[in-house]
Amino acid sequence: MGEILLNGFVAIVAGVVGVFAVFWGLNTLTERIGGTFEEKFKPWVFFGPAFLVVAVFLIYPFFDTIRASLYADRFVAGERPFVGLENYGRVLTDSETWLSLLNNVQWIIVVPAVAVVVGLVVAVLADRLPAQRESVVKSVIFLPMAISFVGAAAIFELIYKIEPGSREQTGVLNAFLGLFGLEPISWYENTLTNDFALMVIMIWMQAGFAMVLLSAAIKGVPQDTIEAARIDGATEFQTFFRVVIPQIASTIVVVLTTILILVLKIFDIVRVTTNGRGNTQVIANYFYTFFEGGNYGRAGVVVLLLVLMTFPFMIINVKRFREQEATR
Amino acid sequence: MSTRSTASTEPTVSNKGQGAVGKALKGDPDDRTGAGWFVKGMLLLISAIWLVPTVGLLVNSFRTRGATNTSGWWTIFGDPSQFTVQNYGEVLQESVGGSTLAEAFVNSIVVAVPATIIPITAAAFAAYAFAWMDFKGRETLFIVFVVLLVVPLQVAFIPIVNLYSSLGIQGTFLGLWLAHAGFGMPLAVYLLRNYIGSLPREVIESARVDGASHFTTFVRLILPLSVPALAAFAIFQFLWTWNDYLVALILLDTARLGQVSTTYLAGMIGTFGEKEHLLSAGAFITMLVPLAVFFSLQRFFVRGLTAGSVKG
Repeated sequence: MGEILLNGFVAIVAGVVGVFAVFWGLNTLTERIGGTFEEKFKPWVFFGPAFLVVAVFLIYPFFDTIRASLYADRFVAGERPFVGLENYGRVLTDSETWLSLLNNVQWIIVVPAVAVVVGLVVAVLADRLPAQRESVVKSVIFLPMAISFVGAAAIFELIYKIEPGSREQTGVLNAFLGLFGLEPISWYENTLTNDFALMVIMIWMQAGFAMVLLSAAIKGVPQDTIEAARIDGATEFQTFFRVVIPQIASTIVVVLTTILILVLKIFDIVRVTTNGRGNTQVIANYFYTFFEGGNYGRAGVVVLLLVLMTFPFMIINVKRFREQEATR
Repeated sequence: MSTRSTASTEPTVSNKGQGAVGKALKGDPDDRTGAGWFVKGMLLLISAIWLVPTVGLLVNSFRTRGATNTSGWWTIFGDPSQFTVQNYGEVLQESVGGSTLAEAFVNSIVVAVPATIIPITAAAFAAYAFAWMDFKGRETLFIVFVVLLVVPLQVAFIPIVNLYSSLGIQGTFLGLWLAHAGFGMPLAVYLLRNYIGSLPREVIESARVDGASHFTTFVRLILPLSVPALAAFAIFQFLWTWNDYLVALILLDTARLGQVSTTYLAGMIGTFGEKEHLLSAGAFITMLVPLAVFFSLQRFFVRGLTAGSVKG
């Protein structure tokens, strides 16, 4: 323990001092050289390290993963031979691929939508409470955001647990069913419930995020547009759906897409609960099983499927950025 | 939090002719809270549902081994003899995958602190360049960061494991820090550039006129002015790296350097049986740091989320 503490301390200091030293050193170097070189090269000193890091960890890997997907899963005489599109054929004809894709689609339809509805309901209703109580309610909904996926899985273990035979049920849901004399359900094994049981964990974690953003948007809706609707005799529901919703539509879209992208890559929750058993497999965990087994060819193909699904959102982000810049 | 409270101050307008529905939503005009039974009831119900899982875990962590194995956590309220604090002492010394929880906890700090500070430093310099320095290709380069916001980090694993192996840093803390820096960088640059770019031009220009170099301007002027944005991203990245499981799973040699709290907890979930009574206490300990950070700095965190909701 003492050794770990010492190593940890040294590691932290080295890491933190190191990054400052890099910038200070580069900057001093360009200033020493001076002249037009300094003027030209200075911006590169400033953004270069950040750019280098994303180039190494995100841009280069994209192309290298394409390369990996064209080589065999297994070593032959110490090398992975080139196999062309063979891995693509194997992955695309594997029923588990389609099961994973289908499950991912299910996740991205259900989770963002439900999280946004819950977030919106809480944001709207809590807005009517006195400030202090509003902030308590919001903290409660928001709290799960601070918890890791693994921690959330441990938390929901106590919700979904099933005890065998006639033993007293210690999981919340099965004990609840027992109150009505109903048989306990194996939530993670029953193929009707397991996908949704896992999605509930994600919704529980993400509703707070949706709520925070939507709440900020709702508070930004000009009060006079709401008053005008009320004076015209609109009911609360009409005012909400015809006046408030249209004005926060862009925030709703941002929240939906942000959660959607997160859900697309869902891994930890599935990994530590069902690990894909009972038809709960998802793309990111499917990737991991190939990766873990050293099957880099097929792992590469699966990752590229995942990247492909994010392309539309890259285009949307760039478009939105351009619009923002135009109005700056 | 509340910027307006017209609901209760103008009942004559807002409650006119809305009958029972309006009353349930808005409350009685005489009720000073402005929320009716429907609003209060719904919020109470949702809050209860959201709170039960965490409360269950917390309560369960204070129950004896015998009790956790045979009854639900709620039974403690009828039988206070189930109460114990022993699980906490026991789990800290409990070894999973070669590490005790205490060691895993320290390792999480070792991973998360530099994995937060390295990207935030590099991103702040980059953000300054993108906002206040003139150079060719500035906008195109920035768009690269915008595109990378949504790239799934899974894409990095095969190439990075190969690269790290050939550099001899596979499994090290350094490798993990740099990877976290890379994965967090697009959001950091994006957030900070938006913030630093919105600082008043006169302030930056007057410093430049006074003969301050870019470096001095950045360190003496920009960094102090950007504290809210830096704090927002720092919290975001710290929670992300503390709670990360996947990157540690792949890039950290846990056999040699020990577990981090998430891999420890995942290992614990995987090995049910006789140590199951320690799971709740263990899980709660791993959540202590993020929950503390979250509650003490919630304001900054919320601001960061509001500004940067495009991350991939």
